[in-house]
Amino acid sequence: MTNIESLTSVASQVRRDIIRMVSQAGSGHPGGSMSSADFITALFFKVMKHSPENWSRDGKGNDMFFLSIGHVSPLFYSVLSRSGYFPIDEMAQFRHYGSRLQGHPCTEKGLPGVYMPSGSLGQGLSVACGAALGKKLEKDDRYVYVLLGDGESEEGQIWEAAMFAAHHKIDNLIAITDWNGQQIDGNVESVMGLGDLKAKWEAFGWDVLVADGHNMAEILNTYDKAKELSGKGKPVMILFRSDMGHGVDFMAGTHKWHGKAPSAEQTEQALSQLEETLGDFKLIEK
Amino acid sequence: MESKNFVNRGNKDTRSGFGAGLTELGRTNPKVVAFCADLIGSLKMDDFVKENPERFFQCGIQEANMIGAASGMALNGMIPFVGSFANFVTTRVLDQVRQCVAYGNTNVKIAASHAGITLGEDGATHQVMEDIGLMRMLPNLVVLNPCDYAQTKAATIAAANYNGPVYIRFGRPAVPNFTPEDQTFEIGKAVKMVDGKDVTIFATGHLVWESLIAAEILEQEGISAEVIDIHTIKPLDIQAVLESAAKTKAIVTAEEHLIAGGMGELIAGVLSRNTPYPIEFVAVDDRFGQSGTPARLMKEYGLDSENIVSAAKRVISRK
Repeated sequence: MTNIESLTSVASQVRRDIIRMVSQAGSGHPGGSMSSADFITALFFKVMKHSPENWSRDGKGNDMFFLSIGHVSPLFYSVLSRSGYFPIDEMAQFRHYGSRLQGHPCTEKGLPGVYMPSGSLGQGLSVACGAALGKKLEKDDRYVYVLLGDGESEEGQIWEAAMFAAHHKIDNLIAITDWNGQQIDGNVESVMGLGDLKAKWEAFGWDVLVADGHNMAEILNTYDKAKELSGKGKPVMILFRSDMGHGVDFMAGTHKWHGKAPSAEQTEQALSQLEETLGDFKLIEK
Repeated sequence: MESKNFVNRGNKDTRSGFGAGLTELGRTNPKVVAFCADLIGSLKMDDFVKENPERFFQCGIQEANMIGAASGMALNGMIPFVGSFANFVTTRVLDQVRQCVAYGNTNVKIAASHAGITLGEDGATHQVMEDIGLMRMLPNLVVLNPCDYAQTKAATIAAANYNGPVYIRFGRPAVPNFTPEDQTFEIGKAVKMVDGKDVTIFATGHLVWESLIAAEILEQEGISAEVIDIHTIKPLDIQAVLESAAKTKAIVTAEEHLIAGGMGELIAGVLSRNTPYPIEFVAVDDRFGQSGTPARLMKEYGLDSENIVSAAKRVISRK
């Protein structure tokens, strides 16, 4: 298989994991998890240098990934588990009492791969800036990645961090925005218009790339370009155009699946559209 | 006022104690880094910045971002101090402190200057008197409130040596500097300043000196007051509190903070869950501050030695 075929196949399983986790828990956030699934799969399975089996919270010698939009935890848990951070069947514990897979990611339970709690929005870019500067102090030449949401970018702290990153020339930082155009109350432009998002990041002193977040070849190509742009005194932002709920017809393109679990019937219908490529995790028998 | 029993080596601001501690850490611990939100001079961070430019990160007027960035850098093994006015690193950024510092349990040291009413002339917008309550409610966070220059310097060094998030609170005005120059600061260990038997005054921050003066006034009136410096609000030295309370059976707490959420309520809670004794709070009762000199404000808001003396007499009459 080519890289593209193999990543597409992993992404299909990741989407199944998302649906099955949220369905079993009876709650969670499938919409944004599905819109980010392709480019985050590419990041974990092809782009990043990381050591799932030997993970430590200092991230030394590895690329670090921060999830600022903590509510897309189903996606995060799936890519972590599928790339070897923890057993696949643990996904069945999502949102259960005592689980390491909390509703929003935390560090307190010791789940490998989670560097910082997230859930309250707007904070991840600041954290990533600090981690990236820390890598520079430690002479560690690896990258720091962070995933933001477009709705999340309504938070003022995002723009504080944007200014800070450019001012301090944090050029080992590659930020990604899931530009799916939806948030809880509706279309982003109707809820709180972001205006020209690309121009905004450029005006803040970033190198900005815009790409199709569901085209695997374009995704890989864009990460390559981002790495080429890095190390030259400017932080890099990738704006991935995407569809909320991508991969399942009745979930796609609407804010209605931001934070809702599918019924048993809808779960079946959704899974019929997503190929099982790596073997599903075992559900907990009720 | 002068003390008979304690030597004031000359008035000094506690924020300069922080600055001196940070400067020393800069020279001795290469992992210590600092962030500041446009207040280097106010926080007395100038020497650290000058001597360690590569380990200092100017954040501009971005407190929320500063808290997040410091927590991210702490992951790499650095020991970040973030400095601003107490109001701006607590009430303004409570959620950031909660998620990335306390819940994330990152090794961040929050240095909070100009705390309390003694900030003085700037007025209520800057005079935070809610910070102890807010910070002590957060799990994992250690809360320090040293009383003078020397203790603040020692507390700063102790904070760096402790592995975990710490909130350290200090102030703006020059106040007596009377605790030992080369003390070891033990987090969570209360310091008995004066031994007494009729009443215990648990004091923190600037109110420790006022309590020492109060004890001397009480002594002249035949009342023996014990004074205990609670420099660590959290974890509270529960043993020290219970032992002294069992001895004197009458308690006064003294702090530059609101009653709500303050050390007084904390100690009252501990006593009521063990053996309750009468208690009086010397603290600010549900109101904002205002402009004025520190001394005038301390008097107006009931935070000086005179008020501690009256509280002690009141509580003894309730025994």
